Parts: sequence; structure tokens; C-alpha cells
Amino acid sequence: MSPLDAATPTGGRTGLAAQPAPRGGGSVRLAFRLAWRQLRHEPARMAAALSGVMFACVLIFMQLGFLNALMESAVTLQLGMRAELYIMPRTTEALWRSSPFPRARLTQALAAAEVERIAPLYVSPATLKNPLDGQKRTLLLLGIDPHAGLLDLPGLTQAKLEAVTRPDTILFDERAKPQFGPIPQMLRDGPVVVELNNRRTEIVGLFAVGPTFGTEGHAITSDVNFRRFVPGRGFGEVDVGAVFLRPGADPEAVRARLATLLPDDVMVLTHAGLVQFERDYWTQTAPIGFVFGLGVVIGLVVGCVIVYQILFSDISRHIGEYATLKAIGYPNAYLAKVVLGEALILAVVGFIPGALMGRALYALASAKIYIPLVMDFSMISFVFGLIFVMCVFSGLLALRKLRDANPADMF
Amino acid sequence: MDPAVRVRDVWYRFGEGELAKPVLQDVSLDVGAGEIVLLTGPSGSGKTTLLTLIGALRAVQQGSCVVLGKELAEANERDRVLARRRIGFIFQQHNLLGFLTARQNVSMALELDLSLPESTRLARSDAMLDAVGLADKTRSLPARLSGGQRQRVAIARALVHEPGLILADEPTAALDSKTGGEAVRRLRRLAKDRGTAILLVTHDPRILDVADRIVALEDGRVVPAGQDARAAMHKA
Repeated sequence: MSPLDAATPTGGRTGLAAQPAPRGGGSVRLAFRLAWRQLRHEPARMAAALSGVMFACVLIFMQLGFLNALMESAVTLQLGMRAELYIMPRTTEALWRSSPFPRARLTQALAAAEVERIAPLYVSPATLKNPLDGQKRTLLLLGIDPHAGLLDLPGLTQAKLEAVTRPDTILFDERAKPQFGPIPQMLRDGPVVVELNNRRTEIVGLFAVGPTFGTEGHAITSDVNFRRFVPGRGFGEVDVGAVFLRPGADPEAVRARLATLLPDDVMVLTHAGLVQFERDYWTQTAPIGFVFGLGVVIGLVVGCVIVYQILFSDISRHIGEYATLKAIGYPNAYLAKVVLGEALILAVVGFIPGALMGRALYALASAKIYIPLVMDFSMISFVFGLIFVMCVFSGLLALRKLRDANPADMF
Repeated sequence: MDPAVRVRDVWYRFGEGELAKPVLQDVSLDVGAGEIVLLTGPSGSGKTTLLTLIGALRAVQQGSCVVLGKELAEANERDRVLARRRIGFIFQQHNLLGFLTARQNVSMALELDLSLPESTRLARSDAMLDAVGLADKTRSLPARLSGGQRQRVAIARALVHEPGLILADEPTAALDSKTGGEAVRRLRRLAKDRGTAILLVTHDPRILDVADRIVALEDGRVVPAGQDARAAMHKA
């Protein structure tokens, strides 16, 4: 017995007066019950329809999960920056592919009275040789003044930053992809010496940022060491200029001032602006946001087609039954409710295992590719909304077939 | 008492313009309250079309068709849907819903009346199935019933909401002569007990004896009463 059956009194011949009055929307309830009975009568077909809904569900969850993870991982570094304002050249599209600009521009910012001090950030890709198998892989090398207090990242301490003032030393991103080698474990056993850009380098500490879609890992070193690792880059060329303001200064007001003060070849961003700038790159400039959005649409289309097929063929095969119901006095609207009821049942019953499967795949993805995927309530409701609309849309398309159920043909 | 059906001067054409083919020509017919009338005639004589007009399954084109006190000539689709609820239909095929048990199928005729509680619906369905001799099959799916049993479930469905009129189209066509005769005689007895009128289209000479009166159609016209309807039937 189904739960729906159990919900209706089936006791039989009790006194009529004792029965409660039917609830409002009774025909909706009865239509839903009929829909459910029809679906469960053919478990194989229902399973096929549900697998379509689940497929759409899982695909959408994965696409949205990757999209969100992309957005979050892309800005971990920016979120750990502590200055109020940032100056970057207009030619920079994103941090991992930043282009240097003259340090003089940054110095010009000191002209504003609210500016307390400035700190350059140097960024460059660098190849790190895996100490075990000798494979070379690229990470993102950040060069900072160890005393500027610019970076506040998990695991990063001032003591570690002091350590990279020694020549040819770096701090390594312990959440970087494992292809760089088991550096955190090796570090526990003793000093680790690797090659960074073909230069002997000692890893003197760890911090935690993790891979982004732009790079597989990060390393931090001092501004002086940075020039050793990246030949041809002078002190005069910085990638990001961090501007610290005096206490009480309004960052937005100073940003606007600096924007007019400085030439047009650079842009001035607040911290929120810097984060948004990076996000916009990944969703808009990089095709990645579009690709994931397309994945969501494809999931919806495939789900739609499967659910439509199942509902349409259900109506076709039961056309005689539908016509009979019309003949005995059921209006079209009632039959429409039955078909839409089937669509909604498929949406709900398919969504639950779909979401659970999505959750399992999230855990798998987080463990295997080190990009944490998070399924929160707002995402669950959003995906359910999409699946719901998908099923209703399929149901509405299938309704057209109901017109073929002509009760006059029954005789 | 008003007759259950009063058809006057009804014409019906399929197609339009030059291609229009009249299937009913100037047909008039009465079925009295509680009367059992057999409608017979060769294929293409228009008897099924007449049945669909009386059953409010088609719009009346010309003439008057009063069923259970309601004039269908001016009825719109909504009126027709309401009119059908007061009629019991029995089809050539049983047309039961395959995914519903016998009692759920019968109950479908009662689910249109939302004022009835579910328990009443099922109790009345069970009582009706009992009356057609299927008390032990109320929870069987149609696939588990024989042809005769299915047609009896269909009879129960047609009667359970206490319609004033039963319309049946060759109800014995899919059955062998013994079960067919049995089903129709049972239908007759139940209808007579309740005072329900029946208009039954049939080719089947073996069930002529259930009729109070026989009306024959030929080429879309009622064969005049002077002629022997049974003879007209055998000619078919």
C-alpha cells in the first residue's frame, strides 16, 4: 500500500454523518492520487522517468557546484589581503595572469593624505620540480615585503615570513595539488630543498590556500627573493599595488580620489572591488562560467525531453482510459491535473535521490580534485526549483496530447 | 413522468459543404423513464452517432435532444460534461483503468462528487460490485479478471452513481454468447430495480429479449414502427 492510499480512509461502511467534510481542493487531491496510482502501476517506466530527473538533477548540481567552487577558490588569495585599496594596470585581467606596471604609479598614491603606506605585490608563474619524481609543474609565486602585513592566509605567521628573508627560501602551499610531491610530509622529517625556476630553493614553511582554476598551487617568498627566482623583473615593476589607509579613512572616497589622481593606465579597486574583479573574470571573461551555465541548461533540456517522452507516451498508451474518463463526465481540467500531478511526483521523487547522489559526488570531488564543493540550502532550493519548472514544463507540453482523447470515439 | 430521452427531428452530418454526408436524417426517438430500448440496424445506419448525441459526447447540429430533462441542442462543452455525469456509459470494450482495482474503477464514477467521503465512495462501489456478483473481486486489477467479469465491473461503474439513463454500445461484442447474455440480463435486472432507463445499441440477436421495445435505424432514418424491427435487424 502506498502512503497516499494509507492517507485516505478505507474503512468502508461506517456511518456517513460521522465522516468529515472533504477538504478544499478535493479534486486536486484525487487527481494527484490517480496520477500516483498510474505511475506506480508501472514501476519500470516510473524508474525510467525518475532516472531522467535524477540525471538532470545530478548534472545541475555538479555544474553549479563547480561554478561556486570556482568562484570561491578563485578569490581565496584576494580574501586574505589586508590593504584597503589596490592598484592594478588596466591590462591585468586576473591575478594569475597579471601584468606589471611601474612602481612609480604606486608611489604617486602617497600624494593622498589618507594614504598611510604602500606595499607592492609581485606575482609570477614559476616551475617547481617535484623532489621525488623530478616532474616540473607550474605554481603561482607571490613576492611580498615580509613586514608589510599584506597577506593574512591560513597557516601564515610572521615568523614564517621572517624565514623567507633568507636567500632562496619559499613558503609552500600545503593544499597545492599532490603532483608537486609530498612536501608537507617531507618537511616534518627535515629540511626540504627543491628547484624553483631551476634555482635551488629551501622550503621553510607552509601555508594553506589550495589550487584555483588558474593555478595548481601557490608559493610565497620575499620581494628580494622574488627577483632571484624571476630574472628580468626589477624592483620598478609591480603587479599589484596595495595601499594601506590611515585609520578612519573612507576607502571608497579615497579610491575615487586616487582614480582621478592616477593616470588612466591603472585602475584603483577597494578590497571588495578586487574580489569582484577576480570573480567577474572567471564568470564573464573566462569561458568557464559560460561552460558551466551551459551544462546546467543541457541538464534541464535532457531532463525535459525524458520526462516529456514518458508523460507523452503514458497519455498515448492510456488514451482510451483518458477518453473514458472524459465520457463519464471528467472535464479536461481534471485530466490536466492528473498529468501535471505525474510531472510533480516525478520532480519530487526524482529530486531526492538526485540530490543525495549529487551530495556523494560532491564529497568525492572534494576528496579527489581538492576543490571543495558545498551543497547549501539555497543551492538545494534553487536546483529543486529548476527541476520543478522542468517537470511542469514537460507536463504542459505533454498535455497537448490529451486533446486526442475524444470521448465520442469511445462508442 | 418525463421520458429519459426525447429526440426530435435530429439531423447530423459529417464533413462540410459538398462533401457533407448525412448520417442521421430527421430522427425522432423516445425512451421512457425506466424503459429498456434496443437500438439496432446495419453498420453505418447512424445508431452509434445517435448514441453519442444522446450521451452528450457530440454537439447537436440540428433538431432537439432532451436527455433527463436537459436540452442538449443549446449545450456548450461545459454543459455536456455536466450532462454526462448523470448518464451511465457501457462501452464495447470494458475501458477500465488498468492501474486501478475493480472497486477503484467503480469509484471513479463517484469521485466527481466531491461531497462524498472516500469511505462512502468505496462502500457504494463494493455494494455495486456485490450486486453484479463480484463481491470477492473488489481488489483485483482488471488484468486479473475474465472478459465477462470486466464487463460486469464496467456495468457496476455505469450504475454506481445512480444515473437516470444507461447508454450501452454493443456491450456483448467482446464476450461469448453465454457471458454476454448473462451480463446484459444482469444489467436489465439492476436497471429495472432502480427504474433506470437503458438505450442499448446492439447487433446481437441473442439479447433481443431483454428489450421492452426495439427501434431500428437504416440509412440514418428510423424504420417506421409498422415494419417489423426484428426483421430489419435480421436483414443486417
